[in-house]
Amino acid sequence: MAHIEVAKERCKACELCTTACPFGLLRLSDDYNSAGDHYIVQDNPEKCIGCKLCAIQCPDTVIEVYK
Amino acid sequence: MEQKIYGLPEGMNDKKTSFCPGCSHMAAYRTIVESLNELNERDNAVIVRPIGCSLNADYSFDIHAIQSMHGRASAVATGVARMHPEKTVLAYQGDGDAHSIGIAECLYAANRGEKMTCIVINNSVYGMTGGQMSGTTLLGQRTTTGIREFDNQGAPIHVAEMIAQLEAPGYVARAALYTPKDIMQAKKFMVKALRCQKELGKYSYIELLSFCPTNWGVKPVDCIKYAQENVLPVYPVGELKTCF
Ligand code: SF4
Ligand code: SF4
Ligand code: SF4
Repeated sequence: MAHIEVAKERCKACELCTTACPFGLLRLSDDYNSAGDHYIVQDNPEKCIGCKLCAIQCPDTVIEVYK
Repeated sequence: MEQKIYGLPEGMNDKKTSFCPGCSHMAAYRTIVESLNELNERDNAVIVRPIGCSLNADYSFDIHAIQSMHGRASAVATGVARMHPEKTVLAYQGDGDAHSIGIAECLYAANRGEKMTCIVINNSVYGMTGGQMSGTTLLGQRTTTGIREFDNQGAPIHVAEMIAQLEAPGYVARAALYTPKDIMQAKKFMVKALRCQKELGKYSYIELLSFCPTNWGVKPVDCIKYAQENVLPVYPVGELKTCF
């Protein structure tokens, strides 16, 4: 089992991490954080393998990976 | 039981920075902090930063830092390295800084073989000062001071290649902060650069190709493709000189 945690208040909605996930699990939320930005949410979390690629891609290290 | 396998490294805090969305600067700082942690050198390190977007990282990591004037980080780092040869000394500069306004200080620190590591964030444009053309601006690239043309401004300058053919430097490399694979390679090069300085007392230079979505006028998510198509053919990545 693996999962990610997104520090949504620090997410800047650049979407770079969405290009890194081999399963396309990441997308922007419909709602906003307090800065007025969309933030990253994960669809089908059971498919996450904890490969870390999204977290390494994120320049602001918004994503934590647990495995 | 699941354990945390990736996140902010020790020595970086979760304060939100004012870098633009998609900017590579914090990926560069994370690479530096992770590498210093790995070598157990973070407490012993001094980082010199000049004027530029790099300043936006103030208070977001725990490394002794000195502020220099625009372009002069390698000169100030020279002073620190000579007074404190036991320190790991870093100059963190941009291309507008190290490859343009401060190219003399950058090249001569390399030529003298100062015991320091010069890290240059090359995003081919002046960032903080407003998107002006720098020494590494690509041919045809649009900046706030014009479009670069060979006949007017010459070709983009290749400082890593210039430093690699000097006698004194120990380690010279160019990496990219584009994809996760690139970022992992950059980390490998960073560790080598720091080890070359620390263990062999030599000068190291590492250039990190970076995104500046704001001044490129490219959406952050499109920067990977833009950089792969436009920057990598001009600035190939790899080690140009190594001491290991
Ligand atoms: S850890 Fe890997 S699989 Fe999980 S969301 Fe990130 S990129 Fe996708
Ligand atoms: S790369 Fe980071 S800041 Fe950008 S959208 Fe993904 S989580 Fe947010
Ligand atoms: S102007 Fe460019 S280099 Fe500066 S913070 Fe914005 S994206 Fe980064």
